[in-house]
Amino acid sequence: MTRGLAAALRKGVARMRRRPLRPGRETRGDVHIVPRDSIAANALAAVVAIMTFLAAVTSGGVAMVIGSANEWQAEVAREMTIQIRPTPGHDIEAEISRAQQLALAAPGVVEARAYSREESDRLLEPWLGSGLSLDDLPVPRMIAVRIARGAVVDTAALRQSLARDVAGASLDDHRSGINRMRGVAKAAIAGGMGVFGLVLAATVLSVTFATRGAMASNRPIVEVLHFVGAKEAYIATQFQRHFLWLGLKGGALGGIAALLFLILAERVSGLFMGAAEAEAAAVLGHFSMGFTGYAVVAAEVGLIAAVTALTSRQVVIHTLRNIE
Amino acid sequence: MIHFENVGLRYGLGPEILRDLTFDIAPRSFQFLSGPSGAGKSTLLRLLFLTLKPTRGLITLFDHDTATLSADSLAVLRRRIGVVFQDFRLLDHLTTFDNVALPLRVLGRDEESYYEEVAELLNWVGLGEHIWSLPPVLSGGEKQRAAIARAVIARPQLLLADEPTGNVDPQLAQRLLRLFIELNKSGTSVVIATHDIALMDQYDARRLVLHDGYIHVYD
Ligand SMILES: Nc1ncnc2c1ncn2[C@@H]1O[C@H](COP(=O)(O)OP(=O)(O)O)[C@@H](O)[C@H]1O
Ligand SMILES: [Mg+2]
Repeated sequence: MTRGLAAALRKGVARMRRRPLRPGRETRGDVHIVPRDSIAANALAAVVAIMTFLAAVTSGGVAMVIGSANEWQAEVAREMTIQIRPTPGHDIEAEISRAQQLALAAPGVVEARAYSREESDRLLEPWLGSGLSLDDLPVPRMIAVRIARGAVVDTAALRQSLARDVAGASLDDHRSGINRMRGVAKAAIAGGMGVFGLVLAATVLSVTFATRGAMASNRPIVEVLHFVGAKEAYIATQFQRHFLWLGLKGGALGGIAALLFLILAERVSGLFMGAAEAEAAAVLGHFSMGFTGYAVVAAEVGLIAAVTALTSRQVVIHTLRNIE
Repeated sequence: MIHFENVGLRYGLGPEILRDLTFDIAPRSFQFLSGPSGAGKSTLLRLLFLTLKPTRGLITLFDHDTATLSADSLAVLRRRIGVVFQDFRLLDHLTTFDNVALPLRVLGRDEESYYEEVAELLNWVGLGEHIWSLPPVLSGGEKQRAAIARAVIARPQLLLADEPTGNVDPQLAQRLLRLFIELNKSGTSVVIATHDIALMDQYDARRLVLHDGYIHVYD
């Protein structure tokens, strides 16, 4: 048994020694049935890289638009205003503090800031001019109410308790403004999705045609494999594996370039942002890829590689079905 | 081993190129398939090789009715047949070794297991020097021999050769004929399509002659 094994090993080593190495190779590694570095394959990799780049940059842009629209909407929805009109026979300051307490007692409210008399006057200045004494005018006073992120305040209940306990109070929850804003945001999201869909369709189509072009030069290989008795699945797998790898390589190149581009864009937009713009950015959102962004780019690379692989398979099967 | 019964073939809507072919090819037999250029020799070889389906008639191959077989079963049957194409059909990006080894490779065998076999065969057909050469640097006769080596490497039961002496000098033609005769003696049925009368005169064998679409058999 051991002697048999030793003999077999010796024989194997002897055979290896006798066997000449392939010229220009360190080892006798697998030789690829599908040629690796053909011009057609390189051209296809370039098309895949470019289209992946474009699709990824588009998805980054669209993600930003969608993110901004959502954020914007959420910010506006987090504010309400209570207005208190001076009523004869009531001390307005007392009414204000009561309204403030009622607002703060409502679940979901985090802040209720009353504008002071001076602040209210200043708000009116642009309309009435600064020289005018406003002391005698019944200027309404405002309380800005902020709502916790994601919380929903029972505005009907708050409105009811204000009406009962505070003279001259009315609650404005910006409902009509929010609805308008929501419409704009929805349109922005739909537009972004539309653009993304078009770019993705163009990507899939151009990659499909580029793959078919690259496969055209491989027809003799498909035929010869068929003639030497290879089954359809074997032949298809040879090509599919090669084209999947090609698609992943090209796609990774394009995807990484797109990520670098987006990150750079984010840095640049941050660089030129003053304090005011930074605040605007907090409201409008800015370039920030986030996990979803990276996942989308990775999914695009995977999709495009899958398209090249499956197209090559489809071409093989079509070729085999049409061998005379 | 192979039986044709009333086989007819036309390309598309064209005229019938082969008509009412009825004949057998026996195990271990040797035959020339002749006829003028355009008579349909290559077409008949394609029928024998299962890459073309007859428009009518019955072809039985290794006891299988070919009309009822799936694509995969046809591929498996095809492994028992070796073909030498008129235009060789070697793959230019693979070395002579890898071209010849292809039929073994598609069986899922790895290089270790067949290296000796392939190298030996290449020596036998006189291509030992060119084992790592690419086809574009081979001469016509060398390509021819590489194509023959690929056709026989998997020890087929039937060998089909389309004009194998079409573009080689008479000496090489004679050597190739001896090669085919030797393969036949070792048990392979051989069908050589040729219009080379001189070649056929060198060996007394069965002749299948195509003329006007009909086949005439001279045993
Ligand atoms: N793929 C094809 N489509 C249409 N006609 C063909 C095709 N192949 C061959 N033919 C026609 O069939 C006839 C026989 O051709 P072929 O079998 O090549 O003859 P041979 O090999 O005896 O010279 C010829 O007339 C040829 O033009
Ligand atoms: Mg011919």
